[in-house]
Amino acid sequence: MYTQGLDQAGKGGPDTREAESRAQLDAFQARIDAEEKIEAKDWMPEAYRRTLIRQISQHAHSEIIGMQPEGNWLTRAPTMKRKAILLAKVQDEAGHGLYLYSAAETLGVSRDEMVGDLLSGKAKYSSIFNYPTLTWADIGAIGWLVDGAAIMNQIPLCRCSYGPYSRAMIRVCKEESFHQRQGYELMLTLCRGTDEQKAMAQDALNRFWWPALMMFGPNDAASSHSAQSMAWKIKRFSNDELRQKFIDVTVPQAEFLGLSVPDAALWFNENTEHYEHSDIDWQEFFDVISGNGPCNRQRLAKRRKAHDDGAWVREAARAYADKKAAAEAAA
Amino acid sequence: MTRQEWPLYEVFIRTRSGLSHRHAGSVHAADDEMALNNARDTYTRRSEGVSIWVVRSDRIVASDPAETSAFFDPAEDKIYRHPTFYDIPDEVENL
Ligand SMILES: [Fe+2]
Ligand SMILES: [Fe+2]
Repeated sequence: MYTQGLDQAGKGGPDTREAESRAQLDAFQARIDAEEKIEAKDWMPEAYRRTLIRQISQHAHSEIIGMQPEGNWLTRAPTMKRKAILLAKVQDEAGHGLYLYSAAETLGVSRDEMVGDLLSGKAKYSSIFNYPTLTWADIGAIGWLVDGAAIMNQIPLCRCSYGPYSRAMIRVCKEESFHQRQGYELMLTLCRGTDEQKAMAQDALNRFWWPALMMFGPNDAASSHSAQSMAWKIKRFSNDELRQKFIDVTVPQAEFLGLSVPDAALWFNENTEHYEHSDIDWQEFFDVISGNGPCNRQRLAKRRKAHDDGAWVREAARAYADKKAAAEAAA
Repeated sequence: MTRQEWPLYEVFIRTRSGLSHRHAGSVHAADDEMALNNARDTYTRRSEGVSIWVVRSDRIVASDPAETSAFFDPAEDKIYRHPTFYDIPDEVENL
């Protein structure tokens, strides 16, 4: 999903394994199995901590980078109403990034470290945000499909075993429904408009369908880290299970719009009551994840520039705070 | 460079009067006033609060989870603090 399980913590090194006794590990797993939440200062295996730091920070980075494709249309929204909606949505995504950085910080990583890893290209973020937004309809497709896929993944994360992450996800989920609905309504408006508008909506669906399916990460067979995350109850459903759920709810929504899903082999299996779909082009997915999607370089360059351009503000605010504190101390 | 990050503040929000403040998350800010503004923008975009407290995270004094049982132990054997400790005949009402 927003983290796609690609860049998880490795196995605990020999040194950490030694320090963690069997008894500690068993007691920890017993708490997890009893559905107890783990809180920030509680004892936890080092690998659990590292897995969460990676996952939560990747999730946060995705929210932050995810503002760019939509931000691209802020000044060109067709009406004042759409502009206000899009601005509120993009602001929410900034907020999601902040909730998540804040949750990750409870695990002992600093904000600067996380931001540094994003800017240096060391940290990953969701592949989906490396696709361009070429037309206004893409804004509808993103709200409907990208936020829709995000919701599928984030609802089970509300029950994640790590308390601060679970609470951040509850906050995020409360806000996501608006994101998806505004996107679908935008698509609906286009589909009820002129032929050109409807064609624009179809084109957006054509380009975003497969990347949206890739958001759930590799097939279960290829996803080596899932089992441990499931045992720790960080993850509750497998990539393929969530992807299937998403397809099953989304195809009828496309039909309602009068749009066709760009998969000639898609069919509804009456026996399983699930849609069957063609294979995903995993080569494209791995290309995008490894930095060679259509917009990877542009996204990072823009984030770096925004960070650098804001440096003087951060420094000035700090200088002002120091000066005020000194004056108060002297008074 | 010495101090890169702005300090971390914990954010507590009263969602409506009659309820106590509840921890919402944290924000970074250069000073107290900015912490309040950042907390408002981050955690109450949909009128989720009528009052906000922010406090520097490094000023919070917390009990140690590793010492939980020892720390709370004094309360454990005082079962006479609970009403069910006392046997009152059924005939006695309103007690
Ligand atoms: Fe989000
Ligand atoms: Fe969203």
